[in-house]
Amino acid sequence: MSDEVESVEAFVERARSWLAENMPRREGDRRRGFGSDEEELAAVARARELQRTLFDGGFAGICFPREYGGQGLGPAYQRAFDEVCAPYEMPSVFNVPTFVPCGAVLLEFGTEEQKRQHIPAMLRGEELWMQFLSEPSGGSDVAGALTTAVRDGDEWVVNGSKVWTTGAWWSDYGLCLLRTNWEVPKHRGLSVFIVKIRQPGIEVQRIEMINGSREFCQEFMTDLRLPDDRRVGEVDDGWTIGRRWMFHERNAMGGGSPYTSGPGPGHAAPADEGDPLVALARDTGQLDDPRARDLIGEAHVLKRAASELSERLGRGMATGAVPDTAAAIARLMTAVVDQRRITIQLDLAGASAAGWADDDPAAGLGVTYLMRQNTSIGGGTTEMARNNISERVLGMPRERTLDKDVPFREVPKGPPATSS
Amino acid sequence: MEITVSDDQEFFRATTRRFLGAELPLTAVRALADDPAGFEPDYWRKGAELGWTSLLVPEALGGGSISGRGAVDLTLVADAFGRHVAAGPLGPVNVVADAVVRSGTDDQRAAVLPDLLTGELVTAWVGDRLALGGPAPGSPRSIAAGGDVVLSGSASPVEAAGQADLLLVTTAGPDGPAQYLVPASTPGVTITPLRSIDLVRRYARVDLADVVVPASARLGAPESSADDLERQLQVALVVQAAEMVGAAERTFEFTLEWAFDRYSFGRPLASYQELKHRFADMKTWLEASHALAAALAREVAVDDPGAASTASVTKAYLGEHLAELLQDCLQLHGGIGLTSDHDIHLYLRRITADRSVHGLPADHRLRVADLEIARWVA
Repeated sequence: MSDEVESVEAFVERARSWLAENMPRREGDRRRGFGSDEEELAAVARARELQRTLFDGGFAGICFPREYGGQGLGPAYQRAFDEVCAPYEMPSVFNVPTFVPCGAVLLEFGTEEQKRQHIPAMLRGEELWMQFLSEPSGGSDVAGALTTAVRDGDEWVVNGSKVWTTGAWWSDYGLCLLRTNWEVPKHRGLSVFIVKIRQPGIEVQRIEMINGSREFCQEFMTDLRLPDDRRVGEVDDGWTIGRRWMFHERNAMGGGSPYTSGPGPGHAAPADEGDPLVALARDTGQLDDPRARDLIGEAHVLKRAASELSERLGRGMATGAVPDTAAAIARLMTAVVDQRRITIQLDLAGASAAGWADDDPAAGLGVTYLMRQNTSIGGGTTEMARNNISERVLGMPRERTLDKDVPFREVPKGPPATSS
Repeated sequence: MEITVSDDQEFFRATTRRFLGAELPLTAVRALADDPAGFEPDYWRKGAELGWTSLLVPEALGGGSISGRGAVDLTLVADAFGRHVAAGPLGPVNVVADAVVRSGTDDQRAAVLPDLLTGELVTAWVGDRLALGGPAPGSPRSIAAGGDVVLSGSASPVEAAGQADLLLVTTAGPDGPAQYLVPASTPGVTITPLRSIDLVRRYARVDLADVVVPASARLGAPESSADDLERQLQVALVVQAAEMVGAAERTFEFTLEWAFDRYSFGRPLASYQELKHRFADMKTWLEASHALAAALAREVAVDDPGAASTASVTKAYLGEHLAELLQDCLQLHGGIGLTSDHDIHLYLRRITADRSVHGLPADHRLRVADLEIARWVA
C-alpha cells in the first residue's frame, strides 16, 4: 500500500467486500443458553481462527499501531468497521479483556520486547488475556490487593488469589496486579506483571453463576515464580498503571474504546437487525398491545440515548475535548440502560419468565433477569462510576478513607477481633 | 449541543449570550412576568439582527446560517434561550420560516420572509398536535368552498399566538393534512390569552369560526403536506430540545455550586455520597441529553430520514430526564428552592412548558415504537 491515507469511505468499501468474501454471516441469537464445555472450547477455537482471518485480511487491531501488527488507523475507521461488520460473526471474545484493557495497557506501559511479543500475538488470535485484578477480599477496592510478590534474585515469588476472570480456563495470559511492598501506603506498594496462566504454581477453579454459567474463574497462585522481565512498569509503581487500566476498562464498558472491534456495549446496533425487544413482542403476539408498545418505545429511547452518549464522549475523548475521566459517564449510562431494558424484557416475556418450553419465544428470559446486575457490577460497579463522576468530573470531595498515608500492613482488613 | 463548535459558531453563541445577559438578565425576565406579550417588539427586532430568525432561510432569500447547517446553528441560540430563560417566539418563528422557505410559493415567500427576518413579523404555529396523531375532536379542519377554503376548530395552547401577526394553521383536510397561512386579523379568528406556566412565554387559545381564506393561502402541495408537517415538528423539537438542555445545564451548574457552598452538620452537601451519586446521575442525563439534542440537529439539518425517530427519542428522553433533573435540583436546594425568590422556578417553569408541548414523552415513546415496529416487522 502507498503511504497515502485511505479515506474512511474507501476503507468501508474495502472492508465491506472483504467481509462478504471472508467472514461467516452471523446466525441467530446466541446470547441465551450456555453450551457444554466442549461447545465453549469449540467457540473459543473458532474465535481464534476468525481473529486470525481478520489479521490476515488486514482488519485486526484497526486502532493498534502498525509496528505491533495493527492497522494504525483512527477511531472513525473502527466505528465505521463496527457498522459494516455487524452482519458477520466476529471474534468478540478478544475485545474485553484481551484488547482492552490488557492490550491497551501493554501499549502504554509495556517494554518494547513485551509489546512485540504479545500485541501481534493477540491480534493474530494466538493469545487470549485475562485481568488478574479483583481478589476475594475486595472488589471495588482493587488497590487493596493482598496477593503478594516477593523478590528472589531475578525472580518474584507469588502467593495469593485472583477472581472474576472470565474464561481463565481457556485463556493464555493474565495481566496481574500484585502487592510488592506492605510497608508503604497501599497505592505505593503495587506492581504489574504478565502471568502465563498454564504453568506450575497456578490452579484455576471455575465459579458457577446463578444462570448456570461457569465462565468466571478464580486462580490460586502458590509459590508461583515469575522472571523479572515479566514485570510491566516500575516496581511499586503499579498504581500508575492501575489507574489507566481502570480507565481503559471503563471506556470499553461504556463503548468508547477504539481498541474493541465489532458489536459491543454502546456500539452501533447491527444494521440489518431490529431491536430484539421488537422481535420478542412480535413473537409473543404483543405488537398491538399499547402497554407493550410503550415499553418498546422506552427501551429504544434508552438504547439510542446510551449509544449517542457513548459516541459523543468517545469522540470528545479522542480529540481531547473531553477528559478521560468522562468514561465513567458512559459506563454508568450503559449499565443503567441495560438494567431497565432487561426489566422491560422481563415484562414483555410475561409469565413465561417463570415457566417456559425450550421453543418458547421468551425462553430463558427470566434467567437473564436474574443476572441483570451483571453489567452494573462487572467492569467496575456503578457505585464506583458514580464516585468517579462526582469526584473526578465534577470535582466533589473524595470519600474519606482509612487507608491513606499509613503502611498497608496497618490498614484494617476486617472487623477488629473481639476480645474473649 | 456539540462538544466542539467552530470559531464562527462560538462567536455567534457568545454574541447571543452577551446580548441576553445585557438585555434580559433574570431580573428583567421577572419584570416581564405581568407583561401581556412577554417581550418587547424592539427586543425581538434586535434578536433578529443577531440572526435569530435567519438561520433556516437561505442567503438567496435574505437569510443565512453560520455553518451551512442552519438547524445546528439554531441550537446555539436555543441553548442560550434556555440558559437565560429568554423571551421571544424563537420556536414558532423558525418553524414558520423554514416551512415558508421549503414549501412557499414565490408570492408567499415575498409576503412573509422579509418582515419575519427583520423581526417585524411574528408568527405562530396552530395545530401542531396533528403531527403526533390523527385529528382530535374539535381540532382545526378545512373544507373547500368554491374558490375559497373554510377553516374551523380550535387549538390550545398555541405559543405566541397572541403576539403573532400571521398564523400557520395546520388542519385536517378532506385528503389529509392541509396547511394555511392566515393573518391573525382575519375575520372569524379569535385569539384568547391563556395563563402561562412560564414567566415570559405566552400561550393563547385560537378559535377558528368558519374562517374563510383564499385557496392561495395554502402552504405546500397536497402530496407533500404530511412531510411538511413532520418537518415542522422536527424543527420545533430541535429548538425545544436545545432550549431544555440549556435550561437544565444552567440549573445543574448553580445547584452544583450550591452543593459546595451549603454546609450541614459541619460539612458541604457536596461531601455526602448519597448526594454525590445523585449529581453523577444528573450529569449522565445531562450529557446524554446534549448528545441527543446535537444528533437531532445534525440530522434535521440534512433531512436525514432517521430524523423522525431521533426527534421522538430526544423528546421522550429529555422530557423525562431533564424535568426530573430540575425537580431533583430543586430538592437539593431544600425549602428555598420552593420560594419565588429563588431563581430555580424560572428554569423549572421553562422545562415544564417544554416537556408539555409538542408531544409528551409518552406520545413520543409510542411514536418511537411505531417507527421501530414498522422498520423491523413486515
